[in-house]
Amino acid sequence: MAGDASTLAPVADLASPPPARLYGEALEKLPLDLYIPPDALEVFLDAFQGPLDLLLYLIRKANVDILDIPMAPLTAQYLVYVEAMRSQRLELAAEYLLMAAMLLEIKSRMLLPRPPKETGDEGEDPRAELVRRLIEYEQMKAAALALDAIPRIQREHEWVGVQVAERLVEIQPNVSATDLQLAWLSLMRRADMTRHHKVTREALSVREFMSNILRRLHEEGDLRFEQLFEREPTAAHMVVNFLAVLELARESLIELLQIEAFATIYVRTARTDAVAEPG
Amino acid sequence: MSELPEQTQSPSPAEVKRILEAALLASQDAMSTGELKKLFEQELDHVLIRRLLDELREDWAGRGVELVQVSSGWRFRTTADVQPYLDRLKNEKPAKYSRAVLETLAIIAYRQPVTRGDIEDIRGVAVSPGIIKALEGRGWIDSVGYREVPGRPALYATTRRFLDDLGLRTLSELPPLAELQKVMEFNDAR
Repeated sequence: MAGDASTLAPVADLASPPPARLYGEALEKLPLDLYIPPDALEVFLDAFQGPLDLLLYLIRKANVDILDIPMAPLTAQYLVYVEAMRSQRLELAAEYLLMAAMLLEIKSRMLLPRPPKETGDEGEDPRAELVRRLIEYEQMKAAALALDAIPRIQREHEWVGVQVAERLVEIQPNVSATDLQLAWLSLMRRADMTRHHKVTREALSVREFMSNILRRLHEEGDLRFEQLFEREPTAAHMVVNFLAVLELARESLIELLQIEAFATIYVRTARTDAVAEPG
Repeated sequence: MSELPEQTQSPSPAEVKRILEAALLASQDAMSTGELKKLFEQELDHVLIRRLLDELREDWAGRGVELVQVSSGWRFRTTADVQPYLDRLKNEKPAKYSRAVLETLAIIAYRQPVTRGDIEDIRGVAVSPGIIKALEGRGWIDSVGYREVPGRPALYATTRRFLDDLGLRTLSELPPLAELQKVMEFNDAR
């Protein structure tokens, strides 16, 4: 075993880099043979992806040619690991045991006398399949590192896209003041139809409003229709005021003038020809 | 020029370039030259578009944003040197994949299409469903069919998004397999 260990370098430094402390005491020099601190075995094994990975590590560490693996030391070293795992009662993955069996089988076949080379290609190296798998795995290991090294999105880069606020805002139709006026009037007209009787019984007197309108027109002259409603505090006042306007118009006490459809409506006191044109 | 482009005459190459730039910036996905051609009423020469895109890439060189050609087409992305600064505004660190995930991805990328069994043969250990799920969740691999053997295992392959995310145009741009030479040597020796 000691001879094997010199061929295949110790691996304990992987789990506990020097200077290490062993059971509270500093470990001055590294053990020459394989030594894995008991509580580090799990960590150590976590570093490997499986039996192939472990074998590759042992081979690379020993710096031997992968195409000419010394089977005896490699198998011995591997079995030390497996034994260590078992003694720690770690749940040993089936792959590790399978590999152990495979290594032992290859090793025993290596001991058999080889057929002479001249006889042909039939005498295949017992290690061939293992080596093929090791190389393929090592290749993929390297490929994984190479892939990971490629700059990628969400690590070295982010996609750039300008947020264009397209069609987030609907194109709204234009609204003019007269549209509002029209809407208001129709609203009032409806209010008139539905609340006419109720309103007349309110404390607000249509007659009183009529008087106020006439008074304003007399004092301030002609007014725009909206101006009549500027001072009304509530909707009820507005409605009554509007009724007053209608009533005044019906009674021909005021005139409502509009130059063209949807134009501003003017309100003025009614003037008969006789009054307007003296003589 | 008025707001509405009169497309009765072909836009000048400079105008085409500006339009391409705006379209690529406004897009939330990579755009192929075929898609970019749809921007114009006239049938624009593929070579011209290609040349203008190359020019555009040159124009943006040295800035914090770069134009790259990936598998799905052309797209802007941040440059690698500015990204660490932008990352400071994020709470999450970019995901780091385990060796198991990366090796599985490598096997799918280089040996596709492969079944889970194929991956396990190469890695020498069982592939947990979580690994496949992680890669599928990232949109990097998907199932492209089934191998007609007992159990009909799914065949996995890498997606276009995998290439896009790694800034590659085709699988042939993957790093060459370093040890390929050795395998051949070994086979020769036998």
